Amino acid sequence: MKKVIEGSHAVSEAVRLVKAEVISAYPITPQTHIVELLSEYCATGVMKARFLRVESEHSALAALIGASTAGARTFTATSSQGLAYMHELIHWTAGARLPIVMAVVNRALAPGWNIWTEQTDTLSQRDTGWLQFYCEDGQEALDTTVMAYKLAEQVNLPVMVVLDAFFLSHTYEPVDIPDPDQVDSFLPPFEPKFQLDPLNPCAFNQLSPPNVYMEMRYSMHESSLYALRAYQDIEKEFQDIFGRAYGVVEAVMCDDAEIIMVTSGTVTSTCRLLIEELRASGERVGLLKIKVFRPFPAEQVIDALRNAKKICVIDRNISFGSMGIFAQEIRASFCNESLKPQIFGFIAGLGGRDITVDTLKEIYFTAKENEHPERPDIWVNLNTEVLS
Amino acid sequence: MSYEFLEREGMYSGHVACPGCGAAIAMRFLLKALGEKTVLVIPACCWSIIAGPYPQSALRVPVLHTAFETGGAVSSGIRAALDVKGDTETVVVTWAGDGGTFDIGFQALSGAVERNEDIFYVCYDNEAYMNTGVQRSSSTPYGAWTTTTPATDWKKMRKKNIVEILAAHRIPYVATASIAFPEDFMRKVKKARAIKGSRFLHVYASCPTGWRIPSEMAVKIARMAVQTNIFPLYEVENGTKYTINYRSKGYLVKEYFRLQGRFKHLTEKDLEQIQEMIDEDWKLLLQKAGITSISEM
Ligand SMILES: Cc1ncc(C[n+]2csc(CCOP(=O)(O)OP(=O)(O)O)c2C)c(N)n1
Ligand code: SF4
Ligand SMILES: [Mg+2]
Repeated sequence: MKKVIEGSHAVSEAVRLVKAEVISAYPITPQTHIVELLSEYCATGVMKARFLRVESEHSALAALIGASTAGARTFTATSSQGLAYMHELIHWTAGARLPIVMAVVNRALAPGWNIWTEQTDTLSQRDTGWLQFYCEDGQEALDTTVMAYKLAEQVNLPVMVVLDAFFLSHTYEPVDIPDPDQVDSFLPPFEPKFQLDPLNPCAFNQLSPPNVYMEMRYSMHESSLYALRAYQDIEKEFQDIFGRAYGVVEAVMCDDAEIIMVTSGTVTSTCRLLIEELRASGERVGLLKIKVFRPFPAEQVIDALRNAKKICVIDRNISFGSMGIFAQEIRASFCNESLKPQIFGFIAGLGGRDITVDTLKEIYFTAKENEHPERPDIWVNLNTEVLS
Repeated sequence: MSYEFLEREGMYSGHVACPGCGAAIAMRFLLKALGEKTVLVIPACCWSIIAGPYPQSALRVPVLHTAFETGGAVSSGIRAALDVKGDTETVVVTWAGDGGTFDIGFQALSGAVERNEDIFYVCYDNEAYMNTGVQRSSSTPYGAWTTTTPATDWKKMRKKNIVEILAAHRIPYVATASIAFPEDFMRKVKKARAIKGSRFLHVYASCPTGWRIPSEMAVKIARMAVQTNIFPLYEVENGTKYTINYRSKGYLVKEYFRLQGRFKHLTEKDLEQIQEMIDEDWKLLLQKAGITSISEM
């Protein structure tokens, strides 16, 4: 059934549909709307879940670590400072191989205080073992959340479903809300292999000396890599039932493109407008949307980009002292390829600054007019007055 | 003591605690009294090691080892999951050190009991961070040496009164217990197990390694802590109803202090001052219990 709902609520609806059993959360703008609706669903009996109103994000995730180890399907959501505060347990969740799903609404990190969108919060969690999916619109947020549970429970790794602050979280769009029976047929109840059980007492997360720790990490890494294939299979199944699919990446008019724009999240929608406009005026431009960031789909990215002359990577994030994080990953992916396009890395839209069609156009022409990037990170539209 | 207490063992031999470890003795009593339908949560502490490395475990109940500051939250989550699955019989027990309770885990604990989560939180108190090599905690008593409060700059702050703080949350049950008083200890565990809502047990668990005492003195020193009123045995129900379980025979605190290497730098004058502090605390407790003179007990 199609309904016009907020991006945040698209996630809440998905969590209702997957019948999460324990939800635990702590408020932070712009994540709040996701969990407010869920707390209402729990209070009114729409959902049979327990909602834990904990005293911090750290405890929100800790509670889910307990609940998930006890065999419950779980959910939480956060942003920025809250995610940073969880950091210790972000590692813990993945190391404990728990299929927890968390929505993260991207928000810039303080100081100074800034509630607007930026991806540095989630991307700086990239080495923790969580799978990360970036969403473009409300429908994708809902569908991805449903699929995230199936994947997480199959590979025993946690998943972050990532949404841009406001541009996605607070924007109303028509969203097709699936039928509960269909979701049930897609996603069976969570039945973990091991769980806390007095009849079969096991110790979880105990002391793991050097003779076993490394193998545990290897197996985690292998599962993480396998998740890419598993996700594609899950998406096929999803498509058969619901008629929608996204791909780990989406290549738009890349085949004959000389310059390809690389985006993630809502900037993708803006970029779709740009390439239509530029194509109409004869420019050979393409677009690559990266949805799955962890595991990084290097093969798919190389395949889509290898025939272009130039690549414009738009990073709404920064790894200080290095460059934009998507640019890093793409450059690393290409390092052993003999034929590589020139990769231009652009830093744009930090702290929620708008990335408009004009911003993207400027980026495109910067790449078009220069043989090579003048530096690995080109900062777009810096205001010299503020800098001085 | 009932037959059942003697027979049931929740621990296997082969754990890796130091000889005479009060925390190991305390765990044994706890599991005897709790029985099988128990899930344990152990945040980082000596017990993260004592329980044994993968793939072995010294405990006969399921254990979730978890991050240092998460004792209150992880057990809340397990409780929620068990409730949703319809298992109301299994008791969820957090077993944390003083560091994990008084300090780094304090926020999660306060949060959990403020919500009156149906959990049983047991703090075994050895009065310092032992796992990391005897550093001071807010439970370290006034006067003590630790590796971060050297004898030349021993701890000048009082021990945080965790029992009163928990009682102030008005939870159904808060109590103290000691490894030197097993019947009292196990009675309290059984009582707590039967109560719904947040229960907190503060267990005095001597540490021969960190206190610089011979291992065979572990129980004797724990007993003296009670006998000197340094660690009174009492219960607080619903934050208001106080019951004092042990009547002191008026031992002097210096007898307790003189037996432990961690206090050997203290002068007679220091010990007199400490005696006054302990007397003051005891009087305050009697007042709260509604006892104005010792003879009323
Ligand atoms: C966030 C974090 N900080 C520090 C540590 C290191 N650490 C592990 S156990 C411990 C001390 C534990 O003290 P306590 O809770 O009193 O238990 P005990 O070791 O005395 O039994 C510390 C500091 C940790 N594991 N996690
Ligand atoms: S250091 Fe102390 S608490 Fe830790 S195992 Fe040894 S005796 Fe027990
Ligand atoms: Mg301690």
